[in-house]
Amino acid sequence: MDGIEGASNPTMEEMQANGTGGVDELPLTSTSTRKNRPIVSGEPLDIEAYAGLYTGRTKIKRLMFIANHCDNPGMQLEALRMAYDEIKKGENTHLYREVVQKIDGRLGPNYAMDAAWCSTIERKAELRKEKLESELNAYRTNLIKESIRMGYNDFGDFYYAHGALGDAFKSYVRTRDYCTTSKHIIQMCLNAILVSIEMVQFSNVTSYVSKAEQTPEALDPPTVAKLCCAAGLAHLEAKKYKLAARKFLEVGPELGNSYSEVIAPQDVATYGGLCALASFDRTELKNKVIDNINFRDFLELVPEVRELINDFYSSHYASCLEYLGNLKSNLMLDIHLYDHVETLYDQIRNKALIQYTLPFVSVDMRMMADAFKTSVVGLEKELEALITDNQIQARIDSHNKILYARHADQRNATFQRVLQTGNEFDQEVRAMLLRSSLLKYDYNLRASRKH
Amino acid sequence: MNSVEGLLTQIQGLSSTASDVLSLQNVLKQADESLHAESTRLLPFLDQLDPSKHSLGYLYFLEACTAGPVTTESASSFVLVIARFISSCVAEQIRLAPDKFISVCKRFKDQVLLLEEPLRGVAPMLTAVRKLQSSTEHLTTLHPEFLLLCLLAKCYKTGLSILEEDIFEVDQPRDLYLYCYYGGMICIGQKCFRKALELLHNVVTAPMSTINAIAVEAYKKYILVSLIHHGQLSTSLPKYASGVAQRNLKSLCLSYIELANSYNNGKIADLETYVQANMEKFGSDNNLGLVKQVVSSIYKRNIQRLTQTYLTLSLQDIANTVQLNSPKEAEMHVLQMIQDGEIYATINQKDGMVRFLEDPELYKTCEMIEHIDLSIQRLMTLSKKLTVMDELISCDPLYLGKVSLPFPFIKLF
Repeated sequence: MDGIEGASNPTMEEMQANGTGGVDELPLTSTSTRKNRPIVSGEPLDIEAYAGLYTGRTKIKRLMFIANHCDNPGMQLEALRMAYDEIKKGENTHLYREVVQKIDGRLGPNYAMDAAWCSTIERKAELRKEKLESELNAYRTNLIKESIRMGYNDFGDFYYAHGALGDAFKSYVRTRDYCTTSKHIIQMCLNAILVSIEMVQFSNVTSYVSKAEQTPEALDPPTVAKLCCAAGLAHLEAKKYKLAARKFLEVGPELGNSYSEVIAPQDVATYGGLCALASFDRTELKNKVIDNINFRDFLELVPEVRELINDFYSSHYASCLEYLGNLKSNLMLDIHLYDHVETLYDQIRNKALIQYTLPFVSVDMRMMADAFKTSVVGLEKELEALITDNQIQARIDSHNKILYARHADQRNATFQRVLQTGNEFDQEVRAMLLRSSLLKYDYNLRASRKH
Repeated sequence: MNSVEGLLTQIQGLSSTASDVLSLQNVLKQADESLHAESTRLLPFLDQLDPSKHSLGYLYFLEACTAGPVTTESASSFVLVIARFISSCVAEQIRLAPDKFISVCKRFKDQVLLLEEPLRGVAPMLTAVRKLQSSTEHLTTLHPEFLLLCLLAKCYKTGLSILEEDIFEVDQPRDLYLYCYYGGMICIGQKCFRKALELLHNVVTAPMSTINAIAVEAYKKYILVSLIHHGQLSTSLPKYASGVAQRNLKSLCLSYIELANSYNNGKIADLETYVQANMEKFGSDNNLGLVKQVVSSIYKRNIQRLTQTYLTLSLQDIANTVQLNSPKEAEMHVLQMIQDGEIYATINQKDGMVRFLEDPELYKTCEMIEHIDLSIQRLMTLSKKLTVMDELISCDPLYLGKVSLPFPFIKLF
């Protein structure tokens, strides 16, 4: 009912012009027919389906993020309602209060503040905490490693369920001293990683991932996949898109839904695909993404991303950019990706422009503007920025609107540099001799003063 | 009186051979005091001496005459006398008493300035400099005086001729600072910004134990010339600059550093408002002309950037990108730059288009080969000089004393 604020670029779906007069004559790809509704698509987000992908705290956090960042009040309320329901199933009163405040009574009396529930939960929490503490003390006096470890682990779970993330992290880390097998270590690492991701402290994530990978025993495939995802997320947060892409592409199909408290396979495909597109060169893109059988399964879950990668590789830039435009609004609602969307999009667009001009000696800017669905003036500005940045070696003939490739004349450049270096050497040496003469004077003065 | 006449006869007698001149010098040194006592009466005696033969004696007499304060009446007569002396004196004799010669020339400069005719002093001072130098690489105290006169008389070309020579020996650091500072100003006047930058750089990075006003003023001009010539200012002084300079110069030239920052941001409007706001400060430092050149250079910088990106561009677009008011202004700027040789382009007035061309220099001509060859020779000579100096210093006892030796000397009986 509400206007689709999602489609930010005026999508000209009618025009099938993908690179007309451009590079090759492959048949134009049409917008894909979808068998089932994918989650990541150009249409407004289906919140129920989206939330169904996740479990636990991340589900609540994601729903609240959508509610905060979405303009559509219908979607907002839907997200808040689902968040409320989810929180009620758990024990986190803090988040509960937040959600109730956000709802602000708009969803009717069923979704108002249930103070009784809050106090019950808090009382139960107190009791449980006391019990856990007494148990832990008992174990500690007995000095049985395994039970102490489980005691701390339970504490960690308890704190996590109640939203005290810092305490949860500390408890999990304390189990390290009582871990005896590598399985214990891995469990500890995975817990620590989970809490760190929730706390958005990705430096811890990287260190615990490497710790887990260093265990002497071979890890089972789902764990390996989980660690790859976690590492990928950490790199993404650190804006190291190339490393993030590599990590996401390494994730095996064994991941399935086993890491739903952090990430869904659709996310792996989206993050991996976009980061790869923004940072890989052509060979790497082909080898690691397009020819990657494992990753193909992930890409099936997000057919639009698959289509846009293929379009980019086969130089159908217009349709590639169109898909990107459609996806943008939904990607902005993703809790991990939202502040990287702009950068990634810019990088992808720049790469497309550079790749387009690479094979040619001269390019008609009007045709290029058509291929990229932009005006000639706008294109000129973008090209100017890329040329100044030295990413394209070319010159613009603004009068005839043609881009000419320009290759640096090595010989002239060398001569220029030689002469310049000679001049600089000349100046420096003369200045040096002058300064040494001044210093000598200074010494002589001091020497004569001493005598 | 008798002593003076006696002195005169001695001068006339002992000025023929070198050994005589040396003994004359001792006599004159002893008689110096009495000469100074009689300074007011000495002028007529000068006619009895011939400056070309009795240069040393003449010098002593002249120095004593001019030792007193300068007045306008005496100035005009003395100026003629001193000028004639300088042109006819014998270089070897005056080099025996350099400080006397220097003080005479300084007086000469004062008198010329008092008469407000600096031009009269330029040629004699040039001769004086040439006679005092032991070699063309030697910087004397008279060099900065000469350059000052050139500046005040606005004959920059003569000043440039002296600046062409390389200097390697210095008498006094203060001479060097002044020489480089005035030299920088002359080069700025002749628009040789590269050489000006070099000279000002020498002042700013010269070894100094305390900060002095010359260095501060030089640094201000250095910032402005660096912006005009290179379009940017390196934020820190090189490592070999003295510690005093590195610590203090920036804080003493704050408004200029601000100007450089504003220039780097590339927004012409901001730059102009900043200049307007600080007009007084720049004016009080006499740098207003340079500052205006800095502002116009930002347009040039932007147009030059365009040559890297475009092959042809309309004048309207140039005006828009560079923030000029109209295509006509853009055309004027581009035309000026083509004439100055700063860019290579052709203007097509029919279409209102400018076509940017490549640097036509192909580095294939005989002249270019010769130029490169000469540069190589020159650099080889310089390198040899540097090696020689390095060897000398390593044998210098003062230096060795500073550098601790790995093991003590073993005394052999």
